[in-house]
Amino acid sequence: MKPGSSQTQGGVGLLIAAAVLLGLWQLAAVVVNNQMLPPPLAALTSFIQLAQGPLAIHLWSSFYRAGYSILLSLVLAVPLGLFLGRNPRVDHWVAPMIFLTYPIPKIVFLPLVLLFLGIGDASKIFLITLIVFYQILVTTRDAAKGVPEADILSLRSLGGGPWAVYRHVIVPACLPDILTALRISSGTAVAVLFLVESFATVEGLGYFIMDAWTRASAAEMFAGIIAMGVLGFVLILGVDLMERYLCRWRQT
Amino acid sequence: MIQLQHVYQSYGNAETSVPILTDFCLTVKPGERCVLIGPSGCGKSTLLLVIAGLLRADQGLIRIDRQEISGPRRHTSLILQDYGLFPWKRVVENIALGLCLQGVRKREAACRVQPVIKRLGLSGLEQRYPGQLSGGQRQRVAVGRALATEPDLLLMDEPFSSLDALTRESLQNLTLEIAGRDQLTIVLVTHNIEEAAFLGHRILVLDGPPLTLIGTVENQLSTTGYRGQAAFYETCTRIRSLLQHCSQRFED
Ligand SMILES: Nc1ncnc2c1ncn2[C@@H]1O[C@H](COP(=O)(O)OP(=O)(O)O)[C@@H](O)[C@H]1O
Ligand SMILES: [Mg+2]
Repeated sequence: MKPGSSQTQGGVGLLIAAAVLLGLWQLAAVVVNNQMLPPPLAALTSFIQLAQGPLAIHLWSSFYRAGYSILLSLVLAVPLGLFLGRNPRVDHWVAPMIFLTYPIPKIVFLPLVLLFLGIGDASKIFLITLIVFYQILVTTRDAAKGVPEADILSLRSLGGGPWAVYRHVIVPACLPDILTALRISSGTAVAVLFLVESFATVEGLGYFIMDAWTRASAAEMFAGIIAMGVLGFVLILGVDLMERYLCRWRQT
Repeated sequence: MIQLQHVYQSYGNAETSVPILTDFCLTVKPGERCVLIGPSGCGKSTLLLVIAGLLRADQGLIRIDRQEISGPRRHTSLILQDYGLFPWKRVVENIALGLCLQGVRKREAACRVQPVIKRLGLSGLEQRYPGQLSGGQRQRVAVGRALATEPDLLLMDEPFSSLDALTRESLQNLTLEIAGRDQLTIVLVTHNIEEAAFLGHRILVLDGPPLTLIGTVENQLSTTGYRGQAAFYETCTRIRSLLQHCSQRFED
């Protein structure tokens, strides 16, 4: 991929991709011939119908949880990552803690989190934030480490102090990497969302899909899956728009 | 007037310390163009950073216009080889950055740098990003940014070494023109013997580390700023023969 080119740009490519995927889905539905895998038209019809009713509320809860978690992770992980990347002495002590805890699948803490934070939004947001936080932290720290010393000298020679170094050099230099991490994190957030919403809740797309499944209502289940896809797409589109605005200098 | 008296500088901590400057002395007169030439790694850039106030000397006295240096000085500008410009800032933002860091408002700074932009032949390119410029144009922007803060001392670290021969010559001419008009003192590091002979009133041939003076070539004031004449080649020959005294690590 060319630096700065966005994944969602190019409407024609997107339409063709959608057509191909729908075609494959149709084919699979015909081959499998099981009522649990409805053809795309039936699923889409059901999605449009349900979207005017209960599905919209579930979609909104999920969007709210994912969006809140991503914002929270950004606010926490970006400053910390920038700081660690630029302060080797602190990083020396903190980095081992990060890399020991990074590979632990945080989702296994779901029971504990439910116990302490209850079954409301807090537990879901906490768990998604925890996972996304690590992805953004590690990327940001590495990016900040890689900022050339000469860039910083350049800015200091112009009279810039420590804050100016962050504002004019380190933050803009790390932004492309942070946005890449954010794009990956959006996918992760949706995946984790599904898991945390399939337990102990009656709100959100995860619940909606699992509920439809237990009732063997294929059309409803697929409406939920499409809504999940829409949610992921909207999040990634948001990152893309941010990238187009914040990293204009790379689109050359 | 730059005065360095008995300056000591080393990298690393007490055990791994590598002395770069030991008892180094240097005086550069106002309006003088002093060129430093010597093998890679001998300590030229370190010397420049010490003069720029970006690196604290361990010991010794560094004075510019009788003022002792303890940090970056407002009327000193530094130009580096590759990293000087910030790719995320437009041409005009790069050039105006020094003024902005001095507290001038963005819009006013953009107005105040217009004469510099004109003078460097960058009119019409103000809104471009460095990535949209040729190597020569980019280095012009770097010169413009250095001039925007109205310096009396210009420190240049291999400023033109990544440019092709003709672009390099045009920037050398520009440097001479600017130095003459603004009565600038210049300390320039180069790897290029012709560049040293063309630009320097005085050429210091150095070796190290620690940085040591191998010899000095005086270029008469009246005879700098020429190319291709007998006296020019004579100066080149004198520099070359001094360089041959240096260790054989010298590469260009
Ligand atoms: N930040 C640094 N930390 C440790 N050693 C350095 C650093 N910068 C330069 N050096 C070492 O100091 C010596 C002089 O470097 P430098 O001043 O950049 O030389 P030059 O500009 O003449 O090529 C080199 O041996 C280099 O490896
Ligand atoms: Mg150097």
